[in-house]
Amino acid sequence: MNKPEYQRVAYYPGCALEGTGHAYNRSTQAVGGALGLKLDEVKNWNCCGAMEVKNIDPKVQTYLSSRVMSIAANEMGAKVVMAPCNGCYHNLKKAEHELAHDAGSREVVERISKKAGHAAYRAGQVETIHALDWIKDGIGEDELKRRLKGSLKGLKVANYYGCMYTRPRHIFPEKDRGPGSESTSQPHFMDDLLAAAGAENVEFPLKTACCGGAHTLSDSDTSTRLVLNILRAAEAAGADVIATECPTCHSGLEMHQVRAEKVLGVKTQVRMLYFTQLLGVALGVSPRRLGVHENVSDGLALLRQKGLA
Amino acid sequence: MIHEKSLIRPENLKTHDKLVIDGVDVSGHWSTFIESRVVTDYNERLEEEIAALPGGEHIHRCWQCGSCTNSCTVNAVNPDFNPRFWIYLIRMGMESELLRDKDIVWQCVSCHKCTYACPRDVEPEGVMKATAHWLELKGHTPKSRSTIFDDEFTAQVVATGKIEEGRVIRNFFARTGQPLLQDWLVEMARRVARRLPVLQGIKLGLAALFRPRTRKWSKAQAAITEYVNEQQAKQRKALHLE
Repeated sequence: MNKPEYQRVAYYPGCALEGTGHAYNRSTQAVGGALGLKLDEVKNWNCCGAMEVKNIDPKVQTYLSSRVMSIAANEMGAKVVMAPCNGCYHNLKKAEHELAHDAGSREVVERISKKAGHAAYRAGQVETIHALDWIKDGIGEDELKRRLKGSLKGLKVANYYGCMYTRPRHIFPEKDRGPGSESTSQPHFMDDLLAAAGAENVEFPLKTACCGGAHTLSDSDTSTRLVLNILRAAEAAGADVIATECPTCHSGLEMHQVRAEKVLGVKTQVRMLYFTQLLGVALGVSPRRLGVHENVSDGLALLRQKGLA
Repeated sequence: MIHEKSLIRPENLKTHDKLVIDGVDVSGHWSTFIESRVVTDYNERLEEEIAALPGGEHIHRCWQCGSCTNSCTVNAVNPDFNPRFWIYLIRMGMESELLRDKDIVWQCVSCHKCTYACPRDVEPEGVMKATAHWLELKGHTPKSRSTIFDDEFTAQVVATGKIEEGRVIRNFFARTGQPLLQDWLVEMARRVARRLPVLQGIKLGLAALFRPRTRKWSKAQAAITEYVNEQQAKQRKALHLE
């Protein structure tokens, strides 16, 4: 599928992509460049509220996310907002759902927007998509294969999607709509793209398991246990690398892999790479431009070992 | 019923070394009886108080199917973490039973598996957050580390429109009295530093000094603060804390 409206989208990187997820930012832009997909960064954006603000007040989170969509729609004339971070993507989708279905949320968003001096976002003004939708529906596997400069052949990949990309189901009305659409129970967009790039996807039962990202620092022991489940399952499935599509999941897996080693003495070998880093390698982008050296787990050594870098 | 869980706790059981009832010897293995008791300490306001906090609104829809606990990430790690049981206790007003688990309710990781599985749209994840806040507001527990993190994070977003991760982490460790230089954090930094070019290291260091912020944010900051204060006053009133 080559949706024309995905060829040029408003890009919402979010806070994590300016910090721990910097490599995801770099690799997303590099892959967009290699595929001829254009990104216009949302002007003067703000935090979407992440996983924290809703615990103080859910409607403030709805406002924060709606402001990002309002700027994209009303100040940039965009029809599509693309967010690579699962947290941002989730929150924008959730705000869209709330504003379409809940009068109380509309009232709060209108009130704060008016006082803040910008147009209130109205449901339906933009479509929010994830970086996976952007490449899967903007380019598609066939076109991707034509643009490849190399292949991920010989690389065994466990595709990890985490929680916020698929749950809860009701904020993703476009998913679970049969062939071609994404599934909330067995997501496959990342699998499809990496398979097209030549990777061998392993059977991975913990695709949508939780890494404990919400409590990565406040309840580290639980997070370490949850991450270890994921790392061990990936290794048991024979994976060399876990492909990620969320900066919180990615840094959670990396942090708690180190923590498990230091605190529990449990060492795991599987590496973590953003799916955009893997696609970038297959598209002939250098690992440095993809920020592979910024990752904690040594993906570069793996790529070299497999003859990919 | 799940209610019976409390009846078979060791302190509610009676044992008799020698007991004959209607000519039948029920000593030994059979000599365990449930202590008869009368429960009078129901808090009839418990459900409406939880429902008055964000996330708790739909607790009344629960029909106790157990899909939430069955799908729960934290329950798999700690079987005492039991959303279905707590929702039952709250709806029955069994506050003293709920308080037995007061120190673990905050551990919900917001994976939304329960909300995905719930056939009644209770949104149990929200109920867990509302319950954790209720426990804190009523003074049954101190602010959990999770709430301290949420507070720190939200304060930064409201003040500047954005967050800077390094600052959130530093302030969180300071507020929870933990040393920032934990073994595993140091090890992580060491691994990245080994490969990071010097120039980029300096750039990241500078980014930590200059706080990222959304321009012209002050009006939004004032509007959000006003709204949050109003909501918190309403919640305190609903919880009879005035």
